[in-house]
Order: sequence, then C-alpha cells, then structure tokens
Amino acid sequence: MSLSQVEAATESDQVEQPVGNLRQAAWRRLRRDPVAITGFVLIAMFIVVAVLAPLIAPYDPRDTPGAGTITPTNIPGPSAEHWFGLDEQGRDELSRVIYGARQSLLVGVVAMLLGMAGGMVLGVLAGAFGRWVDSVVMRIVDIMLSIPGLLMAIAIAAVLGRSLTSVMIAIAAVNVPIFARLLRGQMMSQRESDYVLAARSLGVRRRSIVLSHVLPNSMSPVIVQATLTLATAIIEAAALSFLGLGGADPAVPEWGRMLASTQRYLASAPHLALFPGLAIMVAALGFTLIGERLREALDPKYRR
Amino acid sequence: MTAQPSAAGADPVPTGRDQREIDPDDVLLSVRGLQVHFPIRRGILVERQVGAVKAVDGVDLAVPRGSTVGLVGESGCGKTTFGRAVLRLVEPTGGTVTFDGTDLRELDAEQMRRQRRQMQMVFQDPMASLDPRQSVESVLTEPLRAHDIGGDHRARVRELLDVVGLPASAASRYPHEFSGGQRQRVGIARAIALEPQLIVADEPVSALDVSIQAQVVNLLEQLQDRLGLTYLVIAHDLAVVRHIADVVAVMYLGGLVEQAPSDELYATPLHPYTRALMSAVPIPDPDVEESRERILLTGDLPSPAAPPSGCRFHTRCPFRQETRCDDERPALREIRPGHTVACHWAEDIEAGRIAPRESAVVEPDVSTA
Repeated sequence: MSLSQVEAATESDQVEQPVGNLRQAAWRRLRRDPVAITGFVLIAMFIVVAVLAPLIAPYDPRDTPGAGTITPTNIPGPSAEHWFGLDEQGRDELSRVIYGARQSLLVGVVAMLLGMAGGMVLGVLAGAFGRWVDSVVMRIVDIMLSIPGLLMAIAIAAVLGRSLTSVMIAIAAVNVPIFARLLRGQMMSQRESDYVLAARSLGVRRRSIVLSHVLPNSMSPVIVQATLTLATAIIEAAALSFLGLGGADPAVPEWGRMLASTQRYLASAPHLALFPGLAIMVAALGFTLIGERLREALDPKYRR
Repeated sequence: MTAQPSAAGADPVPTGRDQREIDPDDVLLSVRGLQVHFPIRRGILVERQVGAVKAVDGVDLAVPRGSTVGLVGESGCGKTTFGRAVLRLVEPTGGTVTFDGTDLRELDAEQMRRQRRQMQMVFQDPMASLDPRQSVESVLTEPLRAHDIGGDHRARVRELLDVVGLPASAASRYPHEFSGGQRQRVGIARAIALEPQLIVADEPVSALDVSIQAQVVNLLEQLQDRLGLTYLVIAHDLAVVRHIADVVAVMYLGGLVEQAPSDELYATPLHPYTRALMSAVPIPDPDVEESRERILLTGDLPSPAAPPSGCRFHTRCPFRQETRCDDERPALREIRPGHTVACHWAEDIEAGRIAPRESAVVEPDVSTA
C-alpha cells in the first residue's frame, strides 16, 4: 500500500515552537505596546500615591494651615509651601488630591468587582440555560439598560443614603446589565463552537461543559470591560459626590466632592477645580488606555 | 491498548483492507427513515412555523460491525447533519437509530450521555474542535473523567499518544502548538480514549494538507484493524472515501441516491448524480483526462426548504425524462447484489438507451483548444 510508505517517509509536521496560550501572547504584546505601558505607568503611579498617601502628602488633609489667611475672594494659588495651593477652608490642596486617590481607586475597584460579579451571575444563568431563563434574565437586563446609567445611580445612592458603600453599590448596579449582556452574548457564541460539540459527543456533563469550556473562553471581553469600567466608575463616583451623594464625612477628601465644593470659587480660585479634575481625567485615561489595548491584544482579529 | 483483541491483532503487519472479515448481517448501526427537519419560524411576538429545512429527509443506512461506510455528497446535501443526528448531537425529527440493539431515540439525556462512550466523533477542523485553553493531557483525560473511569490517567494519556503517533511530551502542550495533522491526531486519540465501537468521522482529513491526509487516513485504518472499530466516514473527497470505505453511500439533498460496495460504485456508478460526481474526479493521466467525457452539472443545489418534486435531482439531471422524474420520488432499488440506486431509469441509462442532454456533456478535446 503506497500510503503507508508515505507515512513512514514524511512525518513532516514537526512540533512547532511553543508560543504560549492566548493570555500569555496578549501579555507579551501589551509589554511592547507604548500606549499600554503609558496606561500601566499612570495607574501604577496612582496606586503608589494612594497606598503611600500618609508618607507622600506634605500636610494632613484635615489640617487648615491657611485658616487665618484665606477669605472667599482670596484663596492662595500654588506656591512653594503649597504646590497646589490652599482650598476654600485653608487646607493643603495637594494633600487632599493625594488622599483623594484612595477614595477614587477604592470606589472604582469595588464597584467594578461588584458589578462584574452581579453581571456574571446573570450572564451565566442566561448563557448556560438559554430558553426561558435566558428570556427572563435578558428582559430584566433590558429594563435596567433602558434607565440612563447616572439617573439609576443617583436614584439608588439616594435611596441607600449617603455613604461610600451606597456609592459603590449604585455604580455596580449600573454596570451589572452591561456585564450580563456581554457575557451572555459570548457564551451563546461559544456554545455553538466545535469544541463544545466535541465535549458533548464525548459525553461530558452539561455543567462541566459550561464551567470548564464555555465560561473560560467567554471571559476575554469581560476582562476588557472590567478595565474600562474602572475608568467610568471613577468618573461616576466623582459625579455622585459632585451631586452631594458621596461619602457621609465631608472631611474625607474625595475628588468629586472637591470639584463640587469649589463651584462658588471658580472665579477667584480656578486651581481648586483644575487639580482634582486633572486627577480624575488622568486616572480614567490610564485605565482606558489599558482597556483599549487589552481589547486589541486579546482579539484574534488584531493579531499579527 | 486494552481493547478486545481483533482478528488483525495477531498479525503484526496488517497488510490490506480486503482481508478483514465483515459479516454484512451483523449490523452495529442501523438507521431507518432518519429525518432532521429544522423549523423555519416567523413572527415577532408569537412565532409560528412557516416551513422546514429538510436537511435529512428519510435516510436508511446499515453499518456492519467492523466495516467502514463512506457517505459522500456535495456541500449542503445534509451529510454532516446526518452524522450528527446519528449521534444525537442534533435531535432527529423522525426515523430510528439503532445502535447495537439499542434504540438511541428512546434514551433520556443521562442514558444517552452514557451511551456516548460507545460512539465517538472525529471532527473536520481539528483546531476548532479542541478547546484552545486545554492541554492535550486535559483533552485526553476529559472523556475518562466524564465517564468516571478510574486507573492511571497519565499512563493512559501516554498510551493514547503513542497509538496515534505523537510523542509523550505532547501531553503538556496546547492545541495551537501543533500542526494540523498533529492536531487531528489528538482529535483521534480523544475519540478512541473511551474505546468506542463506532466512530463517526466528519470530513476527517479535508482540513489537512494533502501530504498529511494520507497519514491520517492510514492511522484511521491501522486503528480499525487494531481496535476493531466501525467507521462512518463522511467526506466530499471521493478518492479518500474510495480508499478507506468498504461500502459507499451517495447523498443528494437530504436523501441517499445510490449505495454500493466501494469498488463497484467507482467502477460502475449507476445514478446520474454519482456519474457526474465520478466524472469530476481528475485522473492522473493526461491522455485519459483529455479524452474522457465529463458531465457538468448545471445550476446550484436546490434549497432543502423547498426540495423539487419527484426525484430531487431532476432539476439538474442530464438524463431527465418527460415522465416520472418530475412527479414520482424514486425509491432505492437493488439492481445488483448490494448495489442500490434511486433512479427510475437506472437500467436504461446503464444500457445506453437514454443519452444525456448535449449541453450537460463536455466533449473531449474541446476544452484543450
């Protein structure tokens, strides 16, 4: 038989060099990507600042070193002693921006994790069971999505009362339907894939197919969305604080509230809006840069 | 391997396909009147069924134990759906599938899951049919875990890799680290991990390089001799099927049109559709290739949602007659022992009493001018 000679002669397909799995390949691409590196550096900076706030901040954010000198029309701007100037109560603005990073990152991370967890539960329910479970869950998600995000966050935060926890829950709730819909869509498409059919033909149990094949292969866009959610959560937290729905203790520095309380002094002390505003923008930018590049790195369509 | 010793097992070098002893009456898989109709639904709030895509519409097929049955046909004829319906990966809407005496359509989900141990599948695209996040070891132990099979799984993985001709080091690697042929070997190792009786191979080599195809076909044959496997091989490549199959069935638009032992079918195809298929196979001899007649089919495969009346093939058949073809669906008739054809005029066509329409035939030498 001529075919057996062919087999003996050519085992031409050698094992190729290992190139790692999808996540490792994505990581390698991100490490070479200047935009992603910029994002990492920005975020790393904020994390360091937040963690080491007591060491870095030149003053206690609650102290009022300029209490005797300021008036509503005379709020000193940046100087050698106070790099970012003083705020309307005579507190050191730089120290307050530094301590504010703690609040913003905390709210962002916790709100994102809560939102992702909630969205994943709904998404897995809809994506794994399909049929009427899917219909019911997705109609609930549609209803949640039909309410403007900020409006819903305001309503929830208002009902739950003024606390950091209620801000986190409110922002998480806004993100739950987004994660749910994203994960459900991914799982639906993965369920149609050949390797799921192969697992079924092997007699693998349904629960095991969902948990060990469908779900892990559906997570890439969810991770990207989580990164982007961190950015929007920080902005939303600032917006809620700005509207007076932030944490209960006004002495705790928070970027959003700092912005809100400077409204009346915009003409005389524009620096009070500038610094917390910049901080919010740069932190959100950092997460957005990472998220966008992560999306491309994980998407096989962009692979070179 | 720990499978039951087959007749070929005693022979260290299985030399040919023809020496296997197959009892045509010992049927492992028997399919009767199998139908798979996919509903077409319309409507916004209340969906109602407005029609059905008749992907498989009344197919009878018997696969004797230890044999290889090939199923050929062009894309869209329903052969893949047929293979999946046999394994109930797609639910049949009619007919029966009897495997080793068990009516598969009577089984509930858990019984069917257990039954799958006996019947496995090899897929067309080895990359798509392997989870990109699963190492080969995990791929091969998954069926063992699913069926609660104990023992030394690592040793079993090494054994399986050895049987399909992969190094033991492959166990810790991931699908994308292999070439196409090696991936298909992993897919085959997965299919034999449970020591099944039946393997449905859906286009097992069509995604592979031609140089690799022969190796994989050979591997399938070696495994059959060694493990006593029964194959249902679905393919569009007539040369592959001819090589591997004992019996070949030809499918057109959801139904079988002809079935015969492999050599017989290739030597004397009786159905006009089979003749057209055969004439499309290139012959590696320029003189023969230049002088032989080719039958070109005109038009596309009709929609399986609205199949033609009468003989499904009459819209494209070069031998179409005024009577019967349009309104009477031909049944499979046994014209010679083991050779069945679904054509009203098979005898007349074979005897040359009916000539094909001129437009459908490419005369020799015309194309080379």
